Amino acid sequence: MIVNTCEQHAAGGKPAYELDLRERTFKISHLQILDEKGNLDAEREPNLSAEDLIKLYRTMVLARAVDDRLLKLQRQGRIGTFPLCTGQEAASCGPALAMTPKDWFVGSFRELAGRLLRGEPIENGFLVFNGYEEGNTFPGGERTLPISIIIGAQALHAVGIAYAMKIRGETDSAVVCFVGDGATSQGDFHEAMNFASVWQVPVVFVCANNQWAISLPREKQTHSQTLAQKAIAYDMPGIQVDGNDALAMYQATKEALDRARAGEGPTFIEGVTYRLMMHTTSDDPSRYQPPEQLEAWQGRDPLVRFKSYLEAKGIWNDKQQAAMEVEIKQEIEDAVKAFEAKTDFKPDTPFDHVFGTEVPKIEEQRAEFLHHLREESTDA
Amino acid sequence: MRNKLNMVQAINLALHQEMGNDDSVVAIGQDIGVNGGVFRVTEGLYEKYGESRVIDTPLAESGILGTSIGMAVAGLKPVAEMQFSGFSYLMFGQLEGHAARLRSRTQGAITVPLVVRMPYGGGVRALEHHSESREAIYGHTPGVKVVIPSTPSNARALLVSAIRDPDPVIFMEPKRSYRAFREEVSEEEQTMEIGKAQVVQEGTDLTVFAWGAMMRPTLQAVQEVQDQRGVSIELIDLLTISPLDGDTIAGSVEKTGRCVVIQEAPRSLGPASEIIATINDKALMYLEAPVRRVTGYDVATPYFGRENAYLPTSGRIHRAIEETLDF
Ligand SMILES: Cc1ncc(C[n+]2csc(CCOP(=O)(O)OP(=O)(O)O)c2C)c(N)n1
Ligand SMILES: [Mg+2]
Repeated sequence: MIVNTCEQHAAGGKPAYELDLRERTFKISHLQILDEKGNLDAEREPNLSAEDLIKLYRTMVLARAVDDRLLKLQRQGRIGTFPLCTGQEAASCGPALAMTPKDWFVGSFRELAGRLLRGEPIENGFLVFNGYEEGNTFPGGERTLPISIIIGAQALHAVGIAYAMKIRGETDSAVVCFVGDGATSQGDFHEAMNFASVWQVPVVFVCANNQWAISLPREKQTHSQTLAQKAIAYDMPGIQVDGNDALAMYQATKEALDRARAGEGPTFIEGVTYRLMMHTTSDDPSRYQPPEQLEAWQGRDPLVRFKSYLEAKGIWNDKQQAAMEVEIKQEIEDAVKAFEAKTDFKPDTPFDHVFGTEVPKIEEQRAEFLHHLREESTDA
Repeated sequence: MRNKLNMVQAINLALHQEMGNDDSVVAIGQDIGVNGGVFRVTEGLYEKYGESRVIDTPLAESGILGTSIGMAVAGLKPVAEMQFSGFSYLMFGQLEGHAARLRSRTQGAITVPLVVRMPYGGGVRALEHHSESREAIYGHTPGVKVVIPSTPSNARALLVSAIRDPDPVIFMEPKRSYRAFREEVSEEEQTMEIGKAQVVQEGTDLTVFAWGAMMRPTLQAVQEVQDQRGVSIELIDLLTISPLDGDTIAGSVEKTGRCVVIQEAPRSLGPASEIIATINDKALMYLEAPVRRVTGYDVATPYFGRENAYLPTSGRIHRAIEETLDF
């Protein structure tokens, strides 16, 4: 134990106070149900139907395949910059599976996997990352906010939504808010944690600690040993979970949601995971990422262990796997076709949605905009 | 010696030279060190000047500017980077509340010499918040200077002057021009006066005002109209949005009597409005035609699928020049 003695001694030479910097008086629980090799902690196994388990697995596989397809399209110049979710499927899908349609899904920008589980069509991602706002909404997505590219801002929105639930007396709904490790440095994040705790509202923060914020490693993002311990300062339950273990992510979120709906306030969950690909397609991780680290995490793939688990349970086999792969491939190709066939984007849509009321100045500018478009096409 | 550099390399040269000249200059921002910045503008600084002067910060814009203010107050000269101007709003409280006011609050006893660099503007097929042009927000803040270069060489010279300026300077880099072209840039030290517009080309029939990324389509339109009609057009690059160079603006309009203003940003309450107000104040009686503006629209900057229709084009600028000549 190292004790830091305060320099300023009180009268009589006795230190005014002592700072104990090493002997932590708090403990952070770490939850893992399915280890890297697919071994199960049977006592903690969630009570999920075969159907739900397969849905969880299928969505994780789908998300990775979509990532893969998007990357190819991006490299061919058929789509713009996008963030990859490969490696983080469990940290996103586990929590999403624990949610009901009545819960609000407040995502970060790297939440493709969870969004797919939530029912968002594959084409949406194609649209957004090819520069069309049309991909930000979907039928059934009334309680799903669009991605937040402004890091951390969404945490406050989540708390506001949870407050509305609280004062309306909704006891069958809560909010799940996703953030990254980088987001935990933002003022907005800490304000959200504080408000949530002061107000005791039904919100679950799920932090995908993927070890990086672009090129900044986790240990330069925060000097804290864990992200989960940040919850302690707000007197909020904070736990660390194996973020590549979909069962643990599901279970941790489920319990937090149950508490939230029962009026027991917010929870912070740190999902320890890894960004297996580049930050976005504009990024080059070879400039900053130690290859050994990447390799080590490639061995902890969330999909591999979940597949072994399903097989061990006797609800999955090679035949099903092969059939699913064919199906997913087709589903993605259909989405690409539908996306590429859509070319009839209304040019003046931005003018439709500036305000909810008609404003003369905007309409004047719309007319001018359309006039210029016509002139440009005759110029060409 | 002169080298052909693009704007990224030219800004990088300015940073290297100023950090070499003056130990108190520090670079601070997200991903600017080991990674060299997401646009590679700060490439090589970390290796050369080390992590105490090239600071990779946690992800917090208010934190970056707030601590930069403290550093500046304590005698350092921070050059902070906002990764994209679309994220700079998170530091606005620190800027308006403190960076811009400490001088007046203390009647000159405490000053805040710092630079905030930020890539701005559209045309690069980027995600939401990566394409806007919001210089008006900063131009509206008293106590803050707003500089927007347009070429590799003026970017380099203006950045050196911004770092040496005694007050906070917002330095907005037109990301569309980052790698669009190269120019000869001298190895020798170069500075450029902040607050001065530059007459890029003299003319007698009409003046065009532009800045930043709009300079390129404007130049093209000006050349086309001159070639087609044999007129003489004066082209002025504002370079500093605030404080605006009223004398150069008025002087040119007194000479030409006609003018067009080009602004990428949304139309209302922007620099174009201020230029027109300046003409109204100083040179109204010289006008032979109403002043035309070619601007963005008062809508959220659209995602990139629709940005080409949104951004002012050389065609739009061309037509506005002709209509003003024909008025
Ligand atoms: C307010 C803000 N600042 C900067 C950025 C640029 N940026 C995009 S993602 C990112 C890193 C985010 O790190 P983290 O929260 O850990 O999420 P991850 O990318 O790892 O999923 C940064 C700096 C941004 N989008 N928003
Ligand atoms: Mg991260």
